[in-house]
Amino acid sequence: MKHERRVRVMVAKPGLDGHDRGARIIARAYRDAGFEVVYTGLHQTPEEIVEAAIQEDVDMVGLSSLAGAHKYLFQTVVELLRERGAEDIVVCGGGIIPDEDIKKLKSAGVREIFTPGATLDEIVKWVKENVKPR
Amino acid sequence: MKDLVEKVTSGDVRTVARLIRDVDDGMPEVREALKELYPYTGNAYVIGITGAPGVGKSTLVDQMVAHLRKRGKTVGVLAVDPTSPFSGGAILGDRVRMQRHSMDSGVFIRSLATRGHFGGLTQSTRSAIDILDAMGKDVILVETVGVGQDEVDVVRSAHTTVIVVVPGMGDDIQAIKAGILEVGDIFLINKSDREGTDKTLNELRLMIEMDQKKFDKGLWKPPIIKVEAVFDKGVDDFLAAVDEHARYLEQTAGGLKSRRSPERVRQEMVEMIKARLFEEVLDKLTETGEFDRAVDAIVKGSLDPYSACEGLVFPALAGLPDEE
Amino acid sequence: MALTFNPKIFQDIDEKYAAWKKKLGKVFAKKPERLKRFSTVSDKKIADIYTPADLKDQDFAADIGFPGDYPFTRGVQPSMYRGRLWTMRMFAGLGTAEDTNRRFHLLVREGQTGLSTAFDMPTLMGYDTDSPKARGECGKCGVAIDTLKDMEDLFSGLPIDRITTSMTINPPAAVIWAMYIAMAEHRGIDRKVLGGTIQNDMLKEFVAQKTFMCPPEPSVRIVTDTVEFGTKEVPRWNTISISGYHIREAGSTAVQELAFTLADGIAYTEKALERGLHVDAFAPRFSFFFNSHLDFFEEVAKFRAARRMWARIMKERFGAKDPRSLWMRFHTQTAGCSLTAQQPYNNVVRTALQGLAAVMGGTQSLHTNSLDEVLAIPTEEAATIALRTQQIIAEESGVANTIDPLGGSYFVETLTNQMEEEAFELIHKIDHMGGMLAAIEQNFPQQEIADAAYHYQKQIDDHEKTVVGVNKYAIDAEDIPVEVLEIDEALETIQIEKTHRVKENRDGAALKQCLEKVGEACTGTENVMEHLITAVKAGATLQELCDVFRDVFGSYRDPGIY
Ligand code: B12
Ligand SMILES: Nc1nc2c(ncn2[C@@H]2O[C@H](COP(=O)(O)OP(=O)(O)OP(=O)(O)O)[C@@H](O)[C@H]2O)c(=O)[nH]1
Ligand SMILES: [Mg+2]
Repeated sequence: MKHERRVRVMVAKPGLDGHDRGARIIARAYRDAGFEVVYTGLHQTPEEIVEAAIQEDVDMVGLSSLAGAHKYLFQTVVELLRERGAEDIVVCGGGIIPDEDIKKLKSAGVREIFTPGATLDEIVKWVKENVKPR
Repeated sequence: MKDLVEKVTSGDVRTVARLIRDVDDGMPEVREALKELYPYTGNAYVIGITGAPGVGKSTLVDQMVAHLRKRGKTVGVLAVDPTSPFSGGAILGDRVRMQRHSMDSGVFIRSLATRGHFGGLTQSTRSAIDILDAMGKDVILVETVGVGQDEVDVVRSAHTTVIVVVPGMGDDIQAIKAGILEVGDIFLINKSDREGTDKTLNELRLMIEMDQKKFDKGLWKPPIIKVEAVFDKGVDDFLAAVDEHARYLEQTAGGLKSRRSPERVRQEMVEMIKARLFEEVLDKLTETGEFDRAVDAIVKGSLDPYSACEGLVFPALAGLPDEE
Repeated sequence: MALTFNPKIFQDIDEKYAAWKKKLGKVFAKKPERLKRFSTVSDKKIADIYTPADLKDQDFAADIGFPGDYPFTRGVQPSMYRGRLWTMRMFAGLGTAEDTNRRFHLLVREGQTGLSTAFDMPTLMGYDTDSPKARGECGKCGVAIDTLKDMEDLFSGLPIDRITTSMTINPPAAVIWAMYIAMAEHRGIDRKVLGGTIQNDMLKEFVAQKTFMCPPEPSVRIVTDTVEFGTKEVPRWNTISISGYHIREAGSTAVQELAFTLADGIAYTEKALERGLHVDAFAPRFSFFFNSHLDFFEEVAKFRAARRMWARIMKERFGAKDPRSLWMRFHTQTAGCSLTAQQPYNNVVRTALQGLAAVMGGTQSLHTNSLDEVLAIPTEEAATIALRTQQIIAEESGVANTIDPLGGSYFVETLTNQMEEEAFELIHKIDHMGGMLAAIEQNFPQQEIADAAYHYQKQIDDHEKTVVGVNKYAIDAEDIPVEVLEIDEALETIQIEKTHRVKENRDGAALKQCLEKVGEACTGTENVMEHLITAVKAGATLQELCDVFRDVFGSYRDPGIY
């Protein structure tokens, strides 16, 4: 009944990108899967995202980027989390991300990247399997 | 533990955030921390904001933060959103409206879900208020949707309780009368850029003035203020009214200490005991499997629920530890 | 006058229909229908068959008529594609002004008949490349334009007095237009002869595209300034491209696309009238922009309904007299969101079908998406195939030989009527809320679109809608067989240096005065356009001017409706 950890996640839109159809769908899918979801809204800087993630004590930050600036933006989020001693917050992402970049981002610390065609089921399942409330 | 207290009172964001999480998740360890932190509380001014869904509470809180920061106050925000009864999940949508303050180190914003656990919301929100208080925030703003009793109780425990309505609510005003009119220290008509503001104002005034006798005796008379939160209009007037109410509390109820008046403490203790007892007893019964067995028996018809309850509660109470 | 049938016929049809249904029932009793529910991509239910009985109340002259005649269901010009084909206008923009200029020259060489500019994210949002907010975004999604110099380089060597240019730009539309006019004037071309389009449709930004800067009211005020200025000064320019495209791409249904777009058009018309302009002075320069999605007939019906509805709205609601005010001229783009990263060559087929629907629907210009749409902005090769797709539709398929070839189809006419009816219902709802601005404030269209988008995604996940290569006929561990265009990160530094050079060579005092003038115009009621043109000529950057807007009007933040 009580003392049970709930999964808390954040869905964030870094940068000037306004493509939010995917991000908002993901937020709803997470809610329907029983997670508590904080959605940042559009046009967030990496700094704003990291600060919000820490204040909200989320277990995961899900970044969505379709406008090509993911390399700078995703990496900066990972770095800032590390700087704040919050590397235990899992970072995943999705959007229009070329295969080449997926490799780079994963080695930079982004745990998983979902690209167009990924089903909501697999996106939710990944969180259940890889994000444990701390 | 000393370390934790030190971190919280020096305003360490990560520690505070984690501690609120532990409170929210009902982690038993957190009780020790709350005990230790208690001496550092009692310095923040708490404002509760409630009203029907979508009336503009978060937009208003966002503007309040901006104004309070200009006055040099540090601010903590607790924004409560409903948990979906279907999935148990929630989209905590209030933060979006306040996100421009996220880089301001004088502001701490935390979204909470109602979660629907027994007595939990009021309990955990109160503890979260204590934590932000100990963290040193000057003002703490608590936003809840004014629908359930729990949500209303939360804002009620504030120094100043603000009820937000919008023009043209008509029938809803009647509903307020039944539920939360009594708890309002200040009434706001938000979205007063819309038609019907004056009509709503009059209706509210009539309703409040039904208690005129009380006010004649010098009790606080809730002012009604028109605001347009998105356009940042009327927020100064509103904050002036909060100041006014704070002065009234100062003169009549010990100011900041008014949240700890004998009645309030008594009431909160009752709630706390209720929640704690419930938790301890039910935990124990679930652990031993007695609870499930009793349910089975009732379902099968071999036991009546009244005897079952008696058979469970008293032994469980007797077996509760004196000290953990 | 009912369509061409006499009443007796309907009775006859009803009887025959009943008999057919009975037969059908027996067939399906043995083996059920292929699907539980037959519906369009917008999830609109479709019947098994349509007959003249569905068009019982149709009045041929009043509802369908002839192309070039009110209510223009069959097309705005009498001749349609028998006279001239639609304009093939491919959306293009990448990297720096020089890079995009090269792409423009290529497209013109390959037979494209109009230009269409895509800007990068910082430009779209009113930031220069040197802004901290622009980090990592330069040239990624379109061309970076900071100063008049960039605009000059963008159109270098292109015959802008003969070719029309469309520019997909919204909050900074007035500034970009000012740069375009200034560029033309530097070349000695009179603004009176300039032809082209700025998208400049701020209302749909708040509900769909999400490039916004200032709050809705002042945003529309600036739009109205451009409408007024165009009417008086640049008479061949389309001042607003009222866009359903983005609404649909954000996840709306076809009816929502139709209704919200027309409701936006109504709002702009009302604002221009409030400004004291005569409806027939500005309405002919409004153009439209729609999506052509997967469901072939639904799309054709949507285009036909759109023309008829706009004509009726302009005539009945606004009393327009000039036939050009009643014309809904529109650009179409095929549906990017229908394309897949998996098996990308399939996208050529999807795009061909969607392009075909746009042509059957009587579009004035068309962009066909490239097969690499889901991977990155298109390579030259992919963009050329997309252009060829249009050319095949135009010159090989024969569909452009007759006008409105689907007119008179029981199904298409019925669907056209239903779309009109349902869209008008939504428009009335918006009217009731106080118009589109008020509806946006109440997040109504935003919520409708979000719900539709989620519904569609669930349908795909639940296999209620098929996406070939994704939830059916998928290939495991597929290698992407096509080349993906990459924009060099180093461009950012090059562009920043270029902008700094411009900034260093300006007369500071003159610039300051120009910016102040723009500020005063914003604060007051004077039209900003002429001041913007003077300012960009004095070297003001895009962001410097947008900052004036932001200072005076405030910034709009995403309300995050999910
Ligand atoms: C829809 C769309 C639009 C709509 C956006 C509406 C909206 N509010 O979202 C409109 C028409 C407005 C638009 C405009 C533009 N667009 Co656009 N758009 C698309 C399009 C066609 C589909 C995107 C989409 O919504 N798909 C459906 C959703 C559900 O899928 P998704 O977001 O990819 O999400 C899935 C996965 O990626 C993943 N995922 C995504 N995010 C996340 C996050 C997390 C946490 C997780 C776990 C998973 C996840 O899960 C989802 C489910 O599978 C793509 C191309 C394409 N087909 O992908 C181009 C595309 C993204 N757009 C592009 C461009 C260039 C633009 C513009 C900049 C054009 C311009 N210059 O004017 C503008 C800018 C708009 C802006 N404000 O940013 C380019 C980007 C190029 C690049 N990255 O290199 C693309 C790739 C098209 C192209 N090839 O040119 N666009
Ligand atoms: N017209 C008008 N709209 C307003 C005003 N204040 C807020 N709004 C709008 O009302 C909508 C809801 O605002 P919120 O601040 O999210 O309301 P809320 O009460 O916090 O909503 P919940 O937390 O969901 O109950 C938003 O679209 C706001 O922009 C106002 O003064 N005038
Ligand atoms: Mg709220």
